[in-house]
Amino acid sequence: MMIATRLLIAGLIVCTSSVYAAEPPPGASACSGCHPASGGRHTRVPALAGRNPADIVAAMQAFRSGQRAATVMDRIAKGFSDAEVEAIAAWYADPR
Amino acid sequence: MGSMDMNRRKLLGIAAAGAAASLIHAPAVAQASPRVVIVGGGFAGATLARTLKKADPRVSITLVESSRTFTACPFSNAVIAGLRDLEAQQFGYDKIVGEGVTLAFETATAVDVGARTVTLAGGVTLAYDRLVLAPGIDIRWNALPGYDQAAARQIPHAWKAGEQTMLLRRQLEAMEDGGVVIISAPANPFRCPPGPYERASLIAYYLKTRKPRSKVIVLDAKDQFSKQKLFVNAWKELYPDHLEWVSLSQGGNVTSVDVAAKTLHTDFGAHKGDVVNVIPPQRAGHVAEVAGVADRSGWCPIDPVTFESKLQPNIHVLGDAAIAGGMPKSAFAANAQGKVCAFALAKLLEGAAAGETKLINTCYSLVAPDYGISVAGVYRPANGTFADVEGSGGVSPLKAPREIRTLEADLANDWFGTITTEVFG
Repeated sequence: MMIATRLLIAGLIVCTSSVYAAEPPPGASACSGCHPASGGRHTRVPALAGRNPADIVAAMQAFRSGQRAATVMDRIAKGFSDAEVEAIAAWYADPR
Repeated sequence: MGSMDMNRRKLLGIAAAGAAASLIHAPAVAQASPRVVIVGGGFAGATLARTLKKADPRVSITLVESSRTFTACPFSNAVIAGLRDLEAQQFGYDKIVGEGVTLAFETATAVDVGARTVTLAGGVTLAYDRLVLAPGIDIRWNALPGYDQAAARQIPHAWKAGEQTMLLRRQLEAMEDGGVVIISAPANPFRCPPGPYERASLIAYYLKTRKPRSKVIVLDAKDQFSKQKLFVNAWKELYPDHLEWVSLSQGGNVTSVDVAAKTLHTDFGAHKGDVVNVIPPQRAGHVAEVAGVADRSGWCPIDPVTFESKLQPNIHVLGDAAIAGGMPKSAFAANAQGKVCAFALAKLLEGAAAGETKLINTCYSLVAPDYGISVAGVYRPANGTFADVEGSGGVSPLKAPREIRTLEADLANDWFGTITTEVFG
């Protein structure tokens, strides 16, 4: 019985919080101004959704350090900490 | 059996208590469909409508917008210079309607803050739990003596894209070679800080390639402007004979407009043009004043986490109309704010607090069709407004090979396609 009660409570919590499931971490929602939602649109800027989060983290670190050439991403990457970048990368791996 | 009944009663009791608790703590949960009314269907308002519908499909959203066709300002300078058709700037609301947002193609005429209602020109009254105002800018008519609505039919401002854009383009096309184009640039703050200088650049490009004995003169109410060194360097390289910038300290501040004589008066003299473009002083769109969310500056102070007005409860202000600290009045910023505000509203309507945020801006300007420059910034809420994140942001490098400028022009085009697809496509 305790298990059933716990499951019910857990269910309520899941239901309530499901509205927030898609909430992006700080900074993440701004990326789609330039990065298209899917790879379908022709643009030089890569889509982020579904990418391996380790690739996004590595790219942001390289932009920030200057190891990777950039037009605007060097200036933008410097505005985010490692933890913030990791959260953004994780969200883009599974945004919905 | 008896113990099962008791267990069932316990179970139901817990569930009922849970529901009651949520009623007390979050009244919006009990309401089947929280109501959000958005006034203004530009980059901020349309983004918000779409994002909020996805974040919480239960929210009943009405987007109030006076025009059935949105005409985007970014890239409208290319339309003026004959490099692009106006149709490439225009978007409809069908996709947004298809996602369950109600469109009201009307003007909002009154806001009752106490009753939480918006009245439309046709007489309909809409009730809201949260109201979002994203009205963009209005021109401050007569702030520059002589420049009123009638004057704008002769001397376009072209600072709201559409018929004004085409009027300025037709005047340029009709001008004979050897003519002088004058642009008056306003003091801060105004929509699109690098816009006047992109416009001057692309008009200079048009003159250089089509009417080479002509020139464009910018009369400026400022000594400093966005991406200044990049623009000035490019002008020296590309348009030494076709573009002249007159700063505030050189006498560039326009003090009055003589429409009939096509002449702009400054503190130091008078400048007659064959084509004249006045980019006038601006303020938040009219509905901001109607709702009482604009302060004496004409713009709207907001909380940087929720975008809620500092002057009126339950009203949020986005985009060009808002005072957003370090964030410029740009389409990119408006779109970024629309998304952040949508998730903040989803939480507020649940009775929860809005989460931590960070915003980005990226603005491209074209100095020539194949010569782009950019400014980027990252912002965080601080001291009641948006502050630049230290060490981030800045403009394109002052020295860069031409391929980089061409790449940034291409990226500007890509940006326009991506953002308009996200907002309207």
